Amino acid sequence: MNNVPALAVEGVSHAYGARTALDSVGFTLAPARFTALLGLNGAGKSTLFSLITRLYPLRAGRIRIFGHDVAREPSAALRRLGVVFQARTLDLDLSVAQNLAYHAALHGIGSRAASRLAADALAQIGLAERVHDKVRALSGGQMRRVEIARALMHAPPLLILDEPTVGLDIKARAEILAHVRMLVRERGVAVVWATHLVDEIADDDALIVLHRGRILADGPVAQVVAQANAANVRDAFTRLTRDAQDDAA
Amino acid sequence: MSARFTPAQYAICLSGIVWREGLRFLHQRERFVSALVRPLVWLFIFAAGFRQVLGLSIIPPYETYVLYEVYITPGLMVMIQLFNGMQSSLSMVYDREMGNMRALLVSPFPRWYLLWCRLLAGTAVSLAQVYVFLAIAYFWEIEPPPLGYLAVLPALILSGLMLGALGMLISSAIRQLENFAGVMNFVIFPMFFASSALYPLWRVREGSVALYYVCQLNPFTHAVELVRFALYEKVDWISLAVVAACTVAFMIAAAAAYDPARGLLARRGEG
Repeated sequence: MNNVPALAVEGVSHAYGARTALDSVGFTLAPARFTALLGLNGAGKSTLFSLITRLYPLRAGRIRIFGHDVAREPSAALRRLGVVFQARTLDLDLSVAQNLAYHAALHGIGSRAASRLAADALAQIGLAERVHDKVRALSGGQMRRVEIARALMHAPPLLILDEPTVGLDIKARAEILAHVRMLVRERGVAVVWATHLVDEIADDDALIVLHRGRILADGPVAQVVAQANAANVRDAFTRLTRDAQDDAA
Repeated sequence: MSARFTPAQYAICLSGIVWREGLRFLHQRERFVSALVRPLVWLFIFAAGFRQVLGLSIIPPYETYVLYEVYITPGLMVMIQLFNGMQSSLSMVYDREMGNMRALLVSPFPRWYLLWCRLLAGTAVSLAQVYVFLAIAYFWEIEPPPLGYLAVLPALILSGLMLGALGMLISSAIRQLENFAGVMNFVIFPMFFASSALYPLWRVREGSVALYYVCQLNPFTHAVELVRFALYEKVDWISLAVVAACTVAFMIAAAAAYDPARGLLARRGEG
């Protein structure tokens, strides 16, 4: 399994009418690695997520999750995938436990196993005592942590998160980032972390820079920074996107 | 990680979706109350007022003269399901806007199965509403034969599925919640009034032959007649065939509309 990429995206393009959202996007992700997908709003990150999760049809290219083609073997692919969408997808009127049980059922996990998994997952994120509270009563950061716990209930080896820290305060952002990094380190989960915030990227991460539907850089952070002749990630991102602008002009 | 889900896992998925829909319904008390008040207003007020105006002859499945309240009860039962089907699809639009739909659709179960579970969940909620309505109506002298309560169940399941699938189909074509009110007016009212729910079709024919044919083509008419006959332990075969065919057609169309390969969702053009 170690030789199989956690996520392989090949030649993926997508357009909304005449507007191109993704243009021949391709990259490969190693298992058990934190990969930051860096791009401004409108870069195509959410479109890419919709294609990976099969919410949109794949018209050009190929996406495989641990070797399973999303278009041809959607069930096998989706079983290996945990997703945290940018928009909140918890049911606010239901309790934390009920939300987790519902998600478990959507993965064929029965209620007894689900409540055990939920208790473990909530203990890990420090929300064990909130299990019977309505989601509405949680803070934004707590909801996000519940969403991450929920995405991992079926033990997927790949977790993708679309701008998970949007709208959160600095403390909650740092906690969530630390928690996801811990998942990579201790549980060997491969993570795709889509963001437009360069300060969320660490030196030992893998980095993919997406800009206007095209990939401008792909590799370890140090390599991307060196190739752009930059001092740091922020500088590299500015140079890369400026160059792309110049090329387009 | 085994390659396929077992039948037991399919059952877990179904019960999870039905359970969530039931919980949501119980949490929305206003929805439950308004689902009951609507038909009760028709029964207690409209029917009482109309009783003297509209003379009814003896028509099947009734074997004697019946009160107008008795006549419109099956129509009101299916009206509950019509509203529920549309409300359930309204919640699908809401879910889509709020992102809950994404959580459902990234489940590894086949998409048609997930939609079918959702449809069944909505139908189960409508059954609960209809039986509570029937229990209240009993005290208003709407007393079908005791076995009729059981015989009507399969008819209600079928009509609930048909109207739920229709709602699902409509929900796939709606961009935003705001557009929904218009659709309610264009779907619910014409379907309800151009049917045999409030008046027998022979009466309609006396007034307008064209309208009579419109009513005959309305699947809601056949759902009402199917339920009316079943409530009196009889089967209206033509209505059964029409409702069954419409159910299948609407379900296939709804599944196609939510199929990623056809991509109605993608055409909405999110960024």
